[in-house]
Parts: sequence; C-alpha cells; structure tokens
Amino acid sequence: MKTWKKPDLTSEVAGIRSPNPFWLASGPPTNSAYQVRRAFEAGWGGAVWKTLGEPIVNVASRYGAIDYDGRKIAGLNNIELITDRPLEENLAEIRQIKREFPHHAVVVSLMVESSREAWHDIVKHTQDTGCDGLELNFGCPHGMSERGMGSAVGQVPEYTERITNWVMEAAEIPVLVKLTPNVTDVRYIGRAARNGGADGLSLINTINSIVGVDLDTLAPRPQVDGRGSHGGYCGPAVKPIALNMVQQVASDPEIQLPVSGIGGVQAWQDAVEFLLLGAGNVQVCTAAMHYGFRIVETLISGLEGWMSDKGFLSLQEVVGRSVQTVGDWADLDLSYKVVAEIDQGECIHCGLCYIACEDGAHQSITWREVPEAEFVGGNGTSPEGARPQVSVSGGHQVVVGSGAGHVNIYEINQETCVGCNLCSLVCPVQGCISMVERDSGLPSMSWREYQEKLAKGEVEKIEPPAHV
Amino acid sequence: MERTRLTRAELEANFADLHPAYSRDEAVAEASRCLFCFDAPCMRACPTHIDVPRFIRQILHDNPLGAAETIFSENVLGGSCARACPTEVLCEGACVDKTLQGGPVHIGRLQRYATDAAQAQDLWFFEPGTDTGHRVAIVGSGPAGLACAHELRRLGHAADVFEARDVAGGLNTLGIAAYKISTELALKEIEPIRAMGAEIHLNSPVDANRLAGLRRDYDAVFVGVGLGSTRQLPIPGEELEGVVEALDFIFPTHTGPFSECYVGRHTVVIGAGNTAVDCATQAVRLGAEQVTMVYRRTDAEMSAFSYEYELAKQDGIVFEWLAQPVEFVADDDGDLRALRCRRLRLQGQGRRARLEEIADSDFEIPCDLAVQALGQAPVADELLGGIEGVTVVSGRLVVDPTTGATGAPGLFAGGDCTSLGAEIVDAVQEGKVAARGIDEYLKGGS
Ligand SMILES: Cc1cc2nc3c(=O)[nH]c(=O)nc-3n(C[C@H](O)[C@H](O)[C@H](O)COP(=O)(O)OP(=O)(O)OC[C@H]3O[C@@H](n4cnc5c(N)ncnc54)[C@H](O)[C@@H]3O)c2cc1C
Ligand SMILES: Cc1cc2nc3c(=O)[nH]c(=O)nc-3n(C[C@H](O)[C@H](O)[C@H](O)COP(=O)(O)O)c2cc1C
Ligand code: SF4
Ligand code: SF4
Ligand code: SF4
Repeated sequence: MKTWKKPDLTSEVAGIRSPNPFWLASGPPTNSAYQVRRAFEAGWGGAVWKTLGEPIVNVASRYGAIDYDGRKIAGLNNIELITDRPLEENLAEIRQIKREFPHHAVVVSLMVESSREAWHDIVKHTQDTGCDGLELNFGCPHGMSERGMGSAVGQVPEYTERITNWVMEAAEIPVLVKLTPNVTDVRYIGRAARNGGADGLSLINTINSIVGVDLDTLAPRPQVDGRGSHGGYCGPAVKPIALNMVQQVASDPEIQLPVSGIGGVQAWQDAVEFLLLGAGNVQVCTAAMHYGFRIVETLISGLEGWMSDKGFLSLQEVVGRSVQTVGDWADLDLSYKVVAEIDQGECIHCGLCYIACEDGAHQSITWREVPEAEFVGGNGTSPEGARPQVSVSGGHQVVVGSGAGHVNIYEINQETCVGCNLCSLVCPVQGCISMVERDSGLPSMSWREYQEKLAKGEVEKIEPPAHV
Repeated sequence: MERTRLTRAELEANFADLHPAYSRDEAVAEASRCLFCFDAPCMRACPTHIDVPRFIRQILHDNPLGAAETIFSENVLGGSCARACPTEVLCEGACVDKTLQGGPVHIGRLQRYATDAAQAQDLWFFEPGTDTGHRVAIVGSGPAGLACAHELRRLGHAADVFEARDVAGGLNTLGIAAYKISTELALKEIEPIRAMGAEIHLNSPVDANRLAGLRRDYDAVFVGVGLGSTRQLPIPGEELEGVVEALDFIFPTHTGPFSECYVGRHTVVIGAGNTAVDCATQAVRLGAEQVTMVYRRTDAEMSAFSYEYELAKQDGIVFEWLAQPVEFVADDDGDLRALRCRRLRLQGQGRRARLEEIADSDFEIPCDLAVQALGQAPVADELLGGIEGVTVVSGRLVVDPTTGATGAPGLFAGGDCTSLGAEIVDAVQEGKVAARGIDEYLKGGS
C-alpha cells in the first residue's frame, strides 16, 4: 500500500506567510470580520481585506454575469466601489481577526486620494492593527477611477511610482501593488511599482467591461434605474489574460518581485498554472462569491494530490517552474510537426471534428457512410478498433450513432493536416483525438534563425503550403 | 366488467403525463448536454428528419418558439410525437450521448418543451402557398392524412379531408394511451392544419364507389385509412360480453371522461405488443386489481419496446408466458369467469424455436374482462383492391416510398395502410412525402 505523502503548502510572498497559498482577494467576501473568520475557519490561508479608504456610497444593482450555454457565471462584472463601511470599524475588526488568527495572512487593501498625507495617514492607521501586509489598489477600473484613484493611478507609470514611494515612506510591513490589466503593457507599471519600492505585485484586478445588454429593457446589465456604467470583469473567463500578465511580470528582468496571482481561479488546476507561471500564491474572488468559502477544500486537496503525484514537496519547487517555457514566437521551431490521430475505438461519431476542420481549419478530415449492418458486423469496412454500441428493443436493433441506415466514420488526412489542434479541442471524448509527433525531415529552425539564414543565402524561401 | 370505481382525482392522477413537462431551467440544462453533432445521428434516425441539434440549440439559447418552428416544419404533429414516439429506437436510440454520458439527450421531452411554448400562444409558423388551383382529396384524417393535407396547403393546393368518424385525428386522437397524449392535445394539433385551409369533413366514410367519384372530381387522391379493428381469436366464448377488442377498450378513454370507462377487476390482456401493453397499463390506471398479460412466447420474443415492457413491470402487471388461450369460460349467469389456457414449450433455440403444446396442461386465469390485442387487420384491399394498377400484398397497399404513389395515376397513399402498422411519426413522414409526390405529379400535369 502506498500512502499519499502530503506536501508542505506553507507559502511566503514578499515576506507575508500563510499556511497555504490560497488567499481571498479583496472584494465582497472580505468585507467584514464575520466573513474573514468564516473563511479562515473554512481553510483559506489568507485574506486581502476589502479596500479601505474614504467610505463611499454604492448603487443597486451591482453585478452582471455571462452564462455559457447553461453554465452560470463564466464571467462576472461589477460596478461596486471600495468599502462602504466606516474606517474605524474596519480597523477594529482587522485587529480582532489578527488576534484570533495569528498565523493566517491578513493583508489590507488601500485606496485614498492622491496626496502624500492621505496615504501616510491610512498606512499608519492600518499597520497599527497588526496586519501582515498592505495591498495598494491601483486597479479598480470603474467609479473610483473617475475620481482620480484606482486604475487612474495604475495606468500611469509615474503616478504608480510616486504613490508607491509615498507609501513606502510610512510602511513598516510588506507592501504589494495590485496592477490593473487595463493597460497596453503591464510590465511598465510593474517596473514603476518596483522603482517606487514595492515589495511585491498582485495581479490582475478586473478588466474594463460591459457584460451585456438586457434584451427586454435595452439597458446595460447591471442596470441602475435604466442606466449602466462600464464595470470590472473577472471570473473563469479572465484566467488566460491573467496568466499571460503574471508570466510577463514574472519573467521581466527589470521587475524581479514576488507575485500574487489573481484572476479566474476556480479549480485547483487554475491555481497550479498560476504558480507554474511565477505566482507565489493565488487570490480568489468570483469563485468564492459563486460557491462560498468551502471551495478552498477542493483547491487544497487538488494541489496536494498533484504535488504528491509529481513528487514536489514544497511550493518553492513549483513556483515559476514554467516561466522559462514561454518565450517569443520567433524562437519556436518552424520544423516541428504534429498531426491529429483519431482513436476509432473511442469515437462516438458526433462529427464535430469534421465540421470544425472543414469550416474552421484545413479540410483535412473525411467522412464516409458505413452501412449499419457492416458497422455492427465488423466486416472490414469500418476502421480498426471501432466499437459499435448495439441494443435491441421491440425487435428493433438500435445502434448508437446510426441513422438512416448508416454510421458516419471520420478519418484524418494526415498528409494535409497542419496540426492546429482544433479537432482535438472540439472532440467531446477525452483522449479520442491525439496530436502525434511526426518527423518533418527538416532540421530544427526558428523564425529568427530562418531570417538570419535567409539573409545570408543559406536557405531557400519556404514555399507556401500546397494545401490551403 | 364494470365501470371504473376510482374517483375523478385518482383517475386524473393515474392518467397524468408519464413524463411531466420541463421547466425552462430543466430544458436548458438538458439542452446543454447536446453536442450539436454534424449530420446528426438523431436527425437521421428521426423518420421525419427534424433538425434536432438545431432545435435543441434554439432551446439552449432561450428561443423555444424558434425551436417549435424547426420541429413543425418537418413534423406537423410535433407535439404528439414528442410524447408518443418510441424515441428509444429512433432519435434517442441514435444519440451519441448514450456512449459519452451513459444516456441520450432527452430529445422527446425537449421537443415537447418547444412545441408546448408555441401551442400555449396559439402560434403557427407557416402560411398557405400561392393557390395553384389544384384540388386534392384525402381519405382518412389520421396522422398520414393530416400531414399530407398540411404539406399540400403549404404548396398551395386545396386539401379536402374525408373522415369516416365523428372526430378527426385517427388513432392519434383515439388510440394513443391517454397518459401519453391527451385528447385535448391531439385535437389542438389539428387546429393549425385547419387554419392553413384544409377542410376536414367528418362523418364522411369513403367506399369504393365514392373513391371513384373523388378520383374524378379531384386532381389527385391520397389514401390514409390506416388499419381496422384488432384481430379476434377464433376460440369458444369469443362472443361473451366481457371479451373485447383492444381499440374498443382504448377509445373510451378519449371519447368520454375516464369515470365512464369500463374495466375488469381481473383483466386479462392477450398479446405482447405495444397495444397489449397500452391495454394492460390502462387497465391498471382504471383501477383493475389484477392485470395479466398472456402471450404464447416469452419476453425475449415480445414485440413491445423495452421501455413499454419496463412500464408494464412497474405497473405490477403479471405475465403469463408460453400460454395459448383456448377458451373464454362463462359462469352460470353467462358472464366471463376465466380464460382457459394451454401451456406451451419452446422446442429448439432462438428464433427458430417451435412452439409445442404440453398435454394436459390446461389452466384457468380468473378474469371478468379479456382484452384481445393481437394486431389490427388491414382494410385497404376492400377499398382499393379493384382499382387497376393498385397492388395490395397481404393487406399492405404498395407505394413508391419516395413519392407515395400507387400504381394508379393520381392515387397516392401513406401511413399504416401502407406499412401495416408503424408509428405516428412514420405516418406523418409518409403523408408529407406523398404531398410532395402529389405536387410533382400535379406540376408534371400527367
Ligand atoms: C393502441 C395503439 C397504440 C398506439 N400507440 C402509439 C404510440 O404510442 N406511439 C406511436 O407513435 N404510435 C402509436 N400507435 C400507432 C399509430 O397510432 C399509427 O401508426 C398512426 O396513427 C397511423 O396513422 P394513419 O394516418 O396511417 O392511420 P390512422 O391513425 O388509423 O387514421 C386513419 C383514419 O382514417 C379513417 N378512415 C378509415 N377508413 C376510412 C374510410 N373508408 N373513409 C374515411 N375515413 C376512413 C379512420 O377513421 C381514421 O381516422 C398506436 C396504435 C395503436 C393501435
Ligand atoms: C464585486 C467585486 C468587488 C471587488 N472589489 C475590489 C476591491 O474593493 N478592491 C480590489 O483590489 N479588488 C476588487 N475586486 C477585484 C478582485 O479582487 C479580483 O482582482 C478580481 O475579481 C479577479 O479575481 P477573480 O477572477 O477570482 O474574481 C472586486 C471584484 C468583484 C467581483
Ligand atoms: S489538427 Fe487542425 S488541420 Fe489537422 S485535422 Fe485537426 S482540425 Fe484539421
Ligand atoms: S469529434 Fe471525436 S468523437 Fe466526434 S467524430 Fe470526431 S473523433 Fe469521433
Ligand atoms: S445525437 Fe444527441 S448529442 Fe448529437 S445532436 Fe443529436 S441529441 Fe445532440
């Protein structure tokens, strides 16, 4: 019998320690001591308190979502502002929580008007509570930005650097700067934060968005008395954007700061991807809003299982491990070749691969009608390994995938397949279409090398593909 | 045999929909299971070739009325078929989710969700075609005749339907188990066909003479007369009052309130096809204390669909396999008392096994109602047998499956009279195909 060797999940980012790498991101789930207490009891390793500042007034309604073909909340958008609770109340609660949970990470998110005094003031008051770190909200894309705060700061490197600087003058605990994705290149803002003296970065905040329009009232969602405003987009749909930005700042030689990864984490796999691409921990908001705090159990269990399986004993072995596998397109090998292959024993004859390749790729899948009797009888016309699913009812033979007397058989034309992956992505059966390596017979050569060799006359121009 | 003793509420509950309607959320969740297959097996397996992935995607995207249009454009009785089709051997039998997820997408129930949405608003999607001046007579207002009439109207031809009974719809209205299709729904499905301009003349039986007249007066004639009563066993006691024919037992559930239907405390059903199961499950729902199905062979050979057999088992029906009815036995008052049967055994293996009587094995099944459900007898020969060019083989009217044409010019046919008994959906398809065949014929002017 093998026992699961549990890895050590303790985490440290910019000097802030927590029992595991799962923090709640600043937002509605971290609005009060009541919630943060429940979260820590449920197993969260840390929490970034809902952004403190000059209390605001919120509107109703506040959230909109996109559903994806029957699944709820693929993406969430909000027009909520920072905390609407009095500063003193928040500070007292933070102090209380820190006393109750000395080993959990309690980080406090801050946003005030752009004056040195205001920032000095709030930093001093906040660190007085005994909290473990500060996070500067330079990211909120709606409402606060109209008042010169949030992303209005985070979109301008000079402002980012200056305000970070003011904070560092007063701060005695680690400071993370939370970046907005609503910029052309997030690395410039990351570098500004570094120059301002930040101890780490967290990213991403929400993405500027209009989540939808109500087709009855014709007003945007969420609506406030028939009007709307652009809001901040987050949830599973934003993960790829966040992963790219995390990898960018993690690989930037001028930044070299610890990173807290945020954006669309809902499954443990998402978290592992953030860690591999350079995040020291992850923060979660939408998934906790959707399902409640207990999702942390499946996040922890999944991460532990994966680490045990791969033989990783601590997070340090995981964090950043894949950062260097990402690089410029120009360095990818033009001679590398893969083609699609269908496992006919797994195929359920849905035809999705065919129509995807036919209409959306390179017309490299063929189909033919095999008469039902031959398909079931296996007399050689259906491909090797095909597995007919046959039953009988009321004297009728019923064959899955068969209609009008035949079953469609789909096959890849590997001569013309460009290896784009599309069919394997649309195939609903796990492992049915695989992409297999083929020797192209050509020496490895990247675009960059190709350009150099072309200039020196060492290679011929590569011909366009014979098959479109 | 006596009136049902159940209360109105009990009867309503017993005959309530076998599969209740989906709510919007249920429908969307179910629709999300569909893969949107290319050249979808379910669509090919549907006799009317409804574009199933298309209508399911319309439901998924909150467009049930669009879905209804997709359905009705191929199958004018889409609501009836949604409830009564043997989907297990048609669309759902072919659905690839059976392999992927262990069970098919519930296409029938989704189809019902969409057609219900349109019917709740009395919405129809099609208009009669531009008048061609051609007139077509249709004999029989069953699914085949109705589908033919609707398609002819779409093509701009006048359609006059002649129906022997005082109610339209054929077996779709009168014969389908009431917990599958309510009479109300069956009649509602006929409204749009009337609204499209098809005339349905009730109480208008057509005999060989009148048929000749119709052929003279109209540009073409479609025959969709279905089949006749179910066959009777020629055994002693057949004339007793408690011995009835399947359709006579079923029709009252559609022609009057359930409370006026009759049933036996101990009901015996002879046969093991779908009609026999319908009779047996109906008897249970009408309050029979015991229901026994008697069949000469075993469940391996029964012609009822698996899900019908499952339903019968769930309903607590007793099965008497390998039993040959030999006499309906009366008591001293001349009332049915029992069905006497003889035990059979199978000699040999599989399909070729022969049935052999076992000597001295007679036994009685006590009963006060015996329903004979041995398949309907054909009627086409009587009506059409004498017409030059028409071929009838063992009661089956022969037609060209691609046009519905018989061998006689301008005479078309479809439905049970050409198949000797299939499903509503087949009759609809054959009526539709024949309408297109008639259109070609009329355009050709031949
Ligand atoms: C008990 C029973 C249960 C069934 N259950 C199902 C089920 O669950 N699902 C399913 O899909 N199918 C079921 N079927 C089969 C289905 O009802 C038939 O396949 C279908 O109704 C055939 O349609 P049709 O138009 O050919 O004939 P019919 O429905 O039989 O219609 C023929 C019409 O023609 C009329 N007619 C006959 N002769 C004349 C004449 N000389 N002049 C004028 N009118 C005439 C009749 O009165 C009738 O209205 C069942 C059948 C039976 C008997
Ligand atoms: C309703 C709502 C309110 C939020 N409020 C704040 C906030 O006050 N301060 C902040 O830094 N981020 C705020 N965020 C952004 C989240 O902290 C997080 O960066 C973002 O939602 C991406 O993570 P997710 O995909 O896990 O939700 C808010 C998000 C939501 C949905
Ligand atoms: S990998 Fe792309 S080109 Fe090749 S068969 Fe699949 S979809 Fe077509
Ligand atoms: S997508 Fe997959 S399951 Fe569907 S036909 Fe293609 S190979 Fe078969
Ligand atoms: S076979 Fe099943 S999954 Fe495919 S289109 Fe039809 S209902 Fe959808």
